[in-house]
Amino acid sequence: MSDVTTREVDPGRPRAVVPRGVRPRDSRGYTVFRVVNATLLLLMCALVLYPFVNVVAQAFSSEGYISSGQVNLVPRGFNLTTFHVVLSDDMFWVNYRNTVVYTVVGTAIAMALTTTYAYALSKKHLKGRTFFIGVAVLTMFFNGGLIPNYVLVTTLGLKDTIWAIVLPNAISVFNLLVMKSFFENFPDELEEAAAIDGMSTYGVFFRIVLPLSKAVLATMVLFYAVAFWNSWFSAYLYMTDPHNYPVTVYLRNLMAGVTSGTTVTGGNLDDATQIASNVQSVTMLLTVLPIVCLYPFIQRYFVSGVMLGAVKQ
Amino acid sequence: MASDTVGAPGVVDARASARGLPRRAPRRDGPRLDRPVRRTWRQALRRDRRLYTFLVLPLFFFAVFRYLPILGNVVAFRRFRPGSSIFGDEWVGLHYVRMFVQDPAFWSAFWNTVVLGGLTLVVVFPLPVVLALMLNELRSRRFKRTVQTISYLPHFMSVVIVAGMVFQLTAAKGTVNQVLTALGGDAIAFFQDPTWFRPIYLTSEVWQTVGWGTILYLAALTTIDEQLYEAARIDGANRWRQTWHITLPGIRPTMIVLLILNIGSFMAVGFEKVLLLQNPVIYSTADVISTYLYRVGIVSNSVSYATAIGLFEALIGLTLILSANAISKRTVGASLW
Repeated sequence: MSDVTTREVDPGRPRAVVPRGVRPRDSRGYTVFRVVNATLLLLMCALVLYPFVNVVAQAFSSEGYISSGQVNLVPRGFNLTTFHVVLSDDMFWVNYRNTVVYTVVGTAIAMALTTTYAYALSKKHLKGRTFFIGVAVLTMFFNGGLIPNYVLVTTLGLKDTIWAIVLPNAISVFNLLVMKSFFENFPDELEEAAAIDGMSTYGVFFRIVLPLSKAVLATMVLFYAVAFWNSWFSAYLYMTDPHNYPVTVYLRNLMAGVTSGTTVTGGNLDDATQIASNVQSVTMLLTVLPIVCLYPFIQRYFVSGVMLGAVKQ
Repeated sequence: MASDTVGAPGVVDARASARGLPRRAPRRDGPRLDRPVRRTWRQALRRDRRLYTFLVLPLFFFAVFRYLPILGNVVAFRRFRPGSSIFGDEWVGLHYVRMFVQDPAFWSAFWNTVVLGGLTLVVVFPLPVVLALMLNELRSRRFKRTVQTISYLPHFMSVVIVAGMVFQLTAAKGTVNQVLTALGGDAIAFFQDPTWFRPIYLTSEVWQTVGWGTILYLAALTTIDEQLYEAARIDGANRWRQTWHITLPGIRPTMIVLLILNIGSFMAVGFEKVLLLQNPVIYSTADVISTYLYRVGIVSNSVSYATAIGLFEALIGLTLILSANAISKRTVGASLW
């Protein structure tokens, strides 16, 4: 039922099991299985983490070790040349700042549209509600496709502006449905009491509902922010001026060889081989750093957000 | 009913009755009896005008950025010139459809899409179930949480980062080739050889999605009644039989819903990742419909032709999800709606 709250379906919590003393002793086969199981899971964790470790190792290694294939887990020939070069590249900072701007503006607009629409849709007495829900849900199964969207954005003259990235991605229907089911479970009585006290719909929404929905709002902000932070294709498609690229496109162009170490250094060839060998690792490291650092603290919000959506669907 | 919301109604009711209002049992769903259920639009708009103002901007968004492009698909049947409206200039009927049906490059991309989508469904889809079951057998809560935290991490990486990692690991002197040469094999130029694209794509897909994919299954596992396991134990079922007869049937509805959704996105196989990973040398396996139409429509500017291909792709996707849903409704009684 939709009354299940996030806390009750926390997947991190193991199922309530029979108290320890009561559990019958494991068979030998099951004990073997448990050891194998734990080993396999540890192995999986190592495989998941390895690419990250390898990126860090290469980022700090010197060219000789990298090009002879000796860098795997730990940096060899500790070296910061590429960091100095990338961090003193103006374009890197311009693009990094763009990523921050696109993420902040995009998330703000997305939150405004998503919360208001979800709140209105959560009111069961709203006339036309089914139609308004249908308008959103239908777009999950059928969308215009790449080319018509491209033609539209170009025709509207949004190319090379932040709006080409922000506006077409302003509402994620999944997030909308999550918010809607959250608001549906919001106790009517609170809102009714506020209404009796003479608050308008706006007052109820901004002064009662939103302050009491901080947890779900935080989750939605994170969903949108990570999506905007990670996105590259809209920018790749609609931005022609390198000054408008986000850092993901900066990285993509390094990988595709559009820009190279020498472009980054502005033609300074002194450290060219060193830079060529690990400029990608360094840029990757600098791009994922904010997410990896925040990740342990924000992870549970994502999990609860997915749960919230899953309960209804 | 959630325990943290039970307190609120009582408080409000007390206030309501203090003001001489009739005391109502807290009700969550269904029409409210104190209001007329049927209202004309004029009444509804007057009564809820503020609520309707909340709808204006989002509806404008959906109209412009979602439904206009859907209508824009008519350029598949119209000639489009640079500078013409988004709906094109003049009708040309099925000209562009005939064109792609006779285009060998399209069919190559089509079959690559089918193969890659099929492999994703067969290889990537079942793995989160396995991982969820493995996690479910862990007794140490801390260990389980650590494994989960680590396995979710790749989900939050930009696809550009994932592609960068793939290139780095498969580079000439990368870790994979170091292992191969250490085992006595020859180093492989992975992105020069079409045969390697599918394994590489699938591996990166597994790496990125398997952990996060377990979330919904783990949630479903928590809802299985503990008494079923107890009864099975009394009947002498070992852990394996318990898994087979209780756990798997318990998460079956979740599996079916996710399977239907996956079948629906079958044709859209990781467009961004494929675009980042592919290069002309390996197009014979690495070019899928979405990347082909990107090249035709954006790079070569054949807008109408690419739209026709995109429309075809979207219609296949829609057909797949509707038929998967219908089959599942008829056979196992589970469906999306």
